[in-house]
Amino acid sequence: MLHYIGKRLLQLIPVLLGMTFVVFMIIRAIPGNPAQVILGQLASKEAIEALEIKLGLNEPWYTQYFDYLVGLLKGDLGESMRTVQPVAEEIWPYLAATIELAFFAIIIAVIIGVNAGIISAWFQNSWFDYLAMVLALIGVSMPIFWLGLMEQWIFGVELQWLPTTGREEVRDPVNSITSMYIVDTIIQGRFDQLGTVLKHLVLPGIALATIPMAIIARMTRSSMLEVMRADYVRTARAKGQKMFWVVYKHALKNAIIPVLTVIGLQTGLLLGGAILTETIFGWPGIGRYIYEAISFRDYPVIQSGILVVAFIFVMINLFVDILYGLVDPRIKYD
Amino acid sequence: MGKSKIWSFLLLMFVALTVVLAACSSDDSSDGDTEKDNDKGTTDTAEEKVLIFGRGGDSVSLDPAAVTDGESFKVTQNVLETLLNFGEQDTTINEGLATKWEPSEDGLTYTFTLREGVKFHDGTDFNAEAVVKNFERWAGGSEDLFPYYGSMFGGYDGDEGHVIESVTAEGDYTVIFKLTRAQAPFLKNIAMSPFAIASPTAFEAAGDKFGDSPVGTGPFKFVEWKRNDSITIEKNAEYWNSEEPKLDKVVFRSIPDNSARLNSLLNGEIDLADGVNPSDGSTVESEAALQLFERPSMNVGYLGLTSTRPPFDNQKVRQAVNYAIDKQAIVDAFFEGRAEVAKNPMPSSISGYNDDIPGYEYDPEKAKQLLAEAGFADGFEMELWAMPVPRPYMPDGTKVAEAIQKNLADVGITANIVSYEWATYLEKAKNGEADAFLLGWTGDNGDADNFIYVLLDEDNIGSNNYSYYSNPETHKILIEAQTEVDEEKRNELYKQAQEIIFEDAPWVPLAHSTPLLAGDAEIINFKPHPTGSDRLNKVDFK
Repeated sequence: MLHYIGKRLLQLIPVLLGMTFVVFMIIRAIPGNPAQVILGQLASKEAIEALEIKLGLNEPWYTQYFDYLVGLLKGDLGESMRTVQPVAEEIWPYLAATIELAFFAIIIAVIIGVNAGIISAWFQNSWFDYLAMVLALIGVSMPIFWLGLMEQWIFGVELQWLPTTGREEVRDPVNSITSMYIVDTIIQGRFDQLGTVLKHLVLPGIALATIPMAIIARMTRSSMLEVMRADYVRTARAKGQKMFWVVYKHALKNAIIPVLTVIGLQTGLLLGGAILTETIFGWPGIGRYIYEAISFRDYPVIQSGILVVAFIFVMINLFVDILYGLVDPRIKYD
Repeated sequence: MGKSKIWSFLLLMFVALTVVLAACSSDDSSDGDTEKDNDKGTTDTAEEKVLIFGRGGDSVSLDPAAVTDGESFKVTQNVLETLLNFGEQDTTINEGLATKWEPSEDGLTYTFTLREGVKFHDGTDFNAEAVVKNFERWAGGSEDLFPYYGSMFGGYDGDEGHVIESVTAEGDYTVIFKLTRAQAPFLKNIAMSPFAIASPTAFEAAGDKFGDSPVGTGPFKFVEWKRNDSITIEKNAEYWNSEEPKLDKVVFRSIPDNSARLNSLLNGEIDLADGVNPSDGSTVESEAALQLFERPSMNVGYLGLTSTRPPFDNQKVRQAVNYAIDKQAIVDAFFEGRAEVAKNPMPSSISGYNDDIPGYEYDPEKAKQLLAEAGFADGFEMELWAMPVPRPYMPDGTKVAEAIQKNLADVGITANIVSYEWATYLEKAKNGEADAFLLGWTGDNGDADNFIYVLLDEDNIGSNNYSYYSNPETHKILIEAQTEVDEEKRNELYKQAQEIIFEDAPWVPLAHSTPLLAGDAEIINFKPHPTGSDRLNKVDFK
């Protein structure tokens, strides 16, 4: 197993290296000069040239790329051109905010999605099955922008149940230690604040969970349907076991592998794809951080931001692959 | 681990998560009442008056001299103070940290008398020496460190165009500015947010980190900055004006989406919302718990016609386009009528505005006639660039472009709408790649120079003169106006310039909008400032 993990980690190097190269080239191919954007509309030509030299933008691309890689090896993610702060220092609070939201969303998606899929398969062609699958179809096709605003309007403005934007009650702000507010409030024993923080997670969490929830539900259903036709399920039932036990113990265990793959992929997508949700709900996450960096042509932030997200994405996939082996010991890694 | 153990572990996790989720949903109902109390900014006024200000974006840095974006100034305006202040809702010059200011007759020397007994938030004394140190810091910098300093005062130490020759302290409370040449908008420049006086002790110690925790003399002290989320400032109990500020705390929250921000306001999570869509104006007016604020206009939205690209190198074609577009209809439809139809490149609130200019009325027949005279009786095909982002002077670039497209089609011009991502759009327009493009400008200091010279002088081609308009006559007038100290003569010069520009028609000026804000009905004394940076020292809850 360790051997396998080591091999996978080694494989990551060319993958991430290739990615840095692609991102590096693409962002330089789009028009728009960072020096100009930083200096604003009134900037003189001389000033722009001077800043380009200072930022190293006048160097040929391969020198810039090489310098960037050397920096990465030293653990230096570069310095934001806009805020003049090291990206490595700046990025964590954004990343933490997104991880918290994505984690919350994936939990909702998995719990509801997997169970809806199981029940749909269990009672195939029942009204529940049809309803769940229609909802799943709506789920994947619903624009997050619209869904987010509707949620805010119904649960925030009309019912006044939940806060519509942000991560915390700003009149009683969380004292940030790790930037993960759930963790922070628990460490500090502020359970009243933990409640508020969780409440702030609900609406953006649901908006972000909708698409993965629908995908997971459909995947679970089809995977379960296949397994439930298998002989051992019939045998188990013939032995007089309760249907619930057959479904949740015997069938699910065998049906879960493809579902895990989907969950892993979706978790990764959540990290990168949270931009719309973060915009609508004023969530200070990594999606918006990178998005704003793109508008300002803040090359180091774009490069390193995407690199960090990609790294987490591949790590999640590695984790999912390892999980296969734990769930199904027939899968061997060598 | 055996497989059954793993399985029971997963099951346990599932149960645990369900419990957690159940706990937070029960939380929702039991905490409902306390939440309501928190929601109302006004119920806790007895203890602490907190104003939550929702806006579209985060600040870049809180060192006002280092930035050019309005979101940064919104905060720094309340933490640091300038020597002179603009009027409550206009750009007249009023006292600030300086109580008196006297220009010499030739306009080359200005003597400022400073307010006594003022302290910076870190305890440093505010005095003439502090002012000198601030100006030395900026003048010794460069465009990427202190961009506004260079553009407003003609450069930095050693530069040929640098206007400020010296800043010296005479005693503790007198500062003398010597200029190399007269600069008409000098006092207005001094009043701009970027030239707020910071504590020398603080910026010397913090270096380039000063923008993370600014120290000034303002009514509010900086407390905390959660990037992309919120910035908190609190009452400065030692503020020199003991009557102010009225609020204990102000929190600036970034909520990028306009509709989401309004939802937050309706839900009571914020007390004041910037950037209300014109189309939401009536919603706000119909809510008893809310009030609508109009920010006096200091902007212009226009359709630029790149005058170096055929057929827009032909004056008649440009005039024809001006006649072809129904500006009033555009203002009614997309600004919800909350804008003034433009006829000059600057709004009427700015001194030097030429109201005698008739403007081009909507007259498609006249447009066709002019096109025929110019040799385009059958019209022509062109690209019409639509802004991809909403701005106060242009709430919806695409829709305005569509309306213009229809107007142009009526006179035989085929306009194809194109759009690019914002930075690309500006870059390409700046390179003169557009035939016609929608754009706008919000003034910095309320001076005519900041509109006409910046946007339409040949010196600014390749910078803000996106339409590549140049006319030696206007150039001469605008340069003359920059050093003319006599206000009346100066206004006369700008009026002349507007006449020439009207004839040359490098733009179709469209509108001067009044940006909207919405707030809790309990808010009093909030006066939105045309520059976009509001001083909140008088703001209070009923």
